[in-house]
Amino acid sequence: MYHDEGITPDGGGTGLSDRTVPFDLRLSAAIALGKATATLSRSFHRGGGTTMPGRVARAVEPRLVQMVARRLALGSVVVAGTNGKTTTAHVLAHIMRTLGHRPVHNRAGANLAAGIASALVEHADLRGRPQGDLGIFEVDEATVPRVVPALAPRVAVFTNLFRDQLDRYGEIDYIAGLWRAAGKGLAADLVSVANGDDPLVYEAVRGLPGRLVTFGIEDERHALPAIEHTAEARYCYRDGTPYEYAFTYFGHMGQYHCPACGVRRPVPDVAARDLTLHGPDGAELTITSGGEAARIRTVLPGLYNVYNILAAVAAALELGAPLARVGEALASFAPAFGRAERVVVDGHEVQMLLVKNPAGFNEVLRTVLAAGPLPAVLIAINDRIADGRDVSWLWDVDVEMLAGQVGRVVVGGLRAEDMALRLEYAGIPVEAIEVEHSYDRALRRALDRTGTSRLYVLPTYTAMLALRGVLEQWGAVRGFWET
Amino acid sequence: MTQALRICHLYPDLLNLYGDRGNIIVLTSRAQRRGIAVTVTEAGLGDRIDPDAADLFFIGGGEDRQQRIAAADLVNLKRGPLEAAVEDGAVVLAVCGGYQLAGRFYRPAEGEDLPGLGLLDLWTEHPGPGTPRLIGNLVIQPEGQDPPLVGFENHGGRTHLGPGARPLGRVIAGHGNNGKDGWEGAVARRVYGTYLHGPLLPKNPVFADRLIREALSRHFPGVALEPLPDTLEARARTAILARVMKAPA
Repeated sequence: MYHDEGITPDGGGTGLSDRTVPFDLRLSAAIALGKATATLSRSFHRGGGTTMPGRVARAVEPRLVQMVARRLALGSVVVAGTNGKTTTAHVLAHIMRTLGHRPVHNRAGANLAAGIASALVEHADLRGRPQGDLGIFEVDEATVPRVVPALAPRVAVFTNLFRDQLDRYGEIDYIAGLWRAAGKGLAADLVSVANGDDPLVYEAVRGLPGRLVTFGIEDERHALPAIEHTAEARYCYRDGTPYEYAFTYFGHMGQYHCPACGVRRPVPDVAARDLTLHGPDGAELTITSGGEAARIRTVLPGLYNVYNILAAVAAALELGAPLARVGEALASFAPAFGRAERVVVDGHEVQMLLVKNPAGFNEVLRTVLAAGPLPAVLIAINDRIADGRDVSWLWDVDVEMLAGQVGRVVVGGLRAEDMALRLEYAGIPVEAIEVEHSYDRALRRALDRTGTSRLYVLPTYTAMLALRGVLEQWGAVRGFWET
Repeated sequence: MTQALRICHLYPDLLNLYGDRGNIIVLTSRAQRRGIAVTVTEAGLGDRIDPDAADLFFIGGGEDRQQRIAAADLVNLKRGPLEAAVEDGAVVLAVCGGYQLAGRFYRPAEGEDLPGLGLLDLWTEHPGPGTPRLIGNLVIQPEGQDPPLVGFENHGGRTHLGPGARPLGRVIAGHGNNGKDGWEGAVARRVYGTYLHGPLLPKNPVFADRLIREALSRHFPGVALEPLPDTLEARARTAILARVMKAPA
């Protein structure tokens, strides 16, 4: 995995000499204890130690995040939103690394305050000097108000707002409210990079201090024939009037306007045009910004990833990256684990596409079915806290797309039975649905049915971690904390 | 008149927070598999409804904002026809936010009371923004011989029943109406309200069939439904019951 690539282990080249960084005993003790915790939790296989080091270090020095983060020469970028945080952060890190920078970032999913502190502990030396020049931090929706002021970011990226993990956060309006509230703690020179095709995002960020840069898709050929029932934002935030949509791309992303208050989807500052989707194998598109254009090829599939790429590119441009170089960098990007990552095991190709909510699941189904019917798919649904404890959302997914398009569906995870029932009501014959709670056997069964073609695995977050563990044991991939 | 299940889905694009359409999918499929024709009409903001044109009315859940938008329309345009339909033997299933709106009023954490439909003798109060929501797996034992109902709840409001409504069931695991009195949901005539939100019916096929039978009996008294295999339904019920009973939510 590439989380730490390019960061030299001895901490060389921080850009700060010993003289410019005063020795701070408390900070050094916090980092030393945090690092010791990381070593211990790794040797006891406690999930790779993605949050404990930060907790321990912050108990010793509560201001650790601001103290280390302010020493990053290029400052920090935060990435917030329901979907696409990890991919956006990884694409941005890849672009910046290709341009010769040394990004420091938190591990996938470790996006609460403790995870961010852990990343800084791991990537700092004992004097509190970060071993890099740019912070890229994905932040959990609800953590934005607590973490963002401490990081004092230069650029804040807002990807999208979907109903996700409602049991954790309550309701979507609440999250948008948190973002607006966070604005009070932000610097006046902040640049907000926001998805203008998402009316919930646009409404939430357009009052923030600083400058707003929007991104969006400008290619009507990819509009859906009708608005999906999963679309969240049908009514204007301000006055409750139904938005008028010229069209949508998926979910509630599209060209909206409110006939009452006049708010409308902004003309994007950074746009994707002339888009060709190659099903699960990626996409080609032209990115335009301020009169410049670059043709981009990517292995990241689906419209949802086009938005992730736009978000990362818009942020990179704000950090001073030239568009032409950004385009070159994107061609060599390999996906993050579970995010359309492809691995080979026993001669079979396996591609995992994370599913978290109805609109995303629909996009994944459209993407994997783009090339025609499939012999088998594996769907694994968990209901742990990181997945969302409520699986009601499965009934908002257009699982009907699979009817007649798949020979067998192997279902796994703690909520395998709920998914099986959903499949049955979507018109998949009961004989074609196989419940298998063992991740190992579920993968084996699905691979047996797949033959020589690629197996698509559609897991929720913690099911993805578990399945990845199995693939790892089979020799396909290495532990994400080991690289 | 040919035997048909006529469903009216109220505010499908407004009150649809947690997979509510799963209930419509299940009602439709279970009737069709018995050879019963099904029509589903949708009634949104501003639409008038005909009390004689549907035998089963469904109202789902929404966030506070959506609920406020729906409340005014419900009271102004839908209350009269719904009262008439219920008087004539129609079924109403109101879930989560829809359940709250089926009561007499909803008192939000901030702002003015929302008037309700008054189909159920109950009221709901949100105790304030700092109060924890009632979230988790929910299992209740309904009155009579029916098996337990299983599902998920997620609500800020606390509901209290008046003398004119019976509870739908007793809480076995979870919070229920208010987390205090041990009751969940409400029933009066053929109006059913519950916090078992979103897709309540997929894992509760006996209850789904009860609603279908009662809706059909408005025009076809004594109608019987042939049994369905319900194999996956039984597995899904067993799986969640085993988990919830082992470690109550």
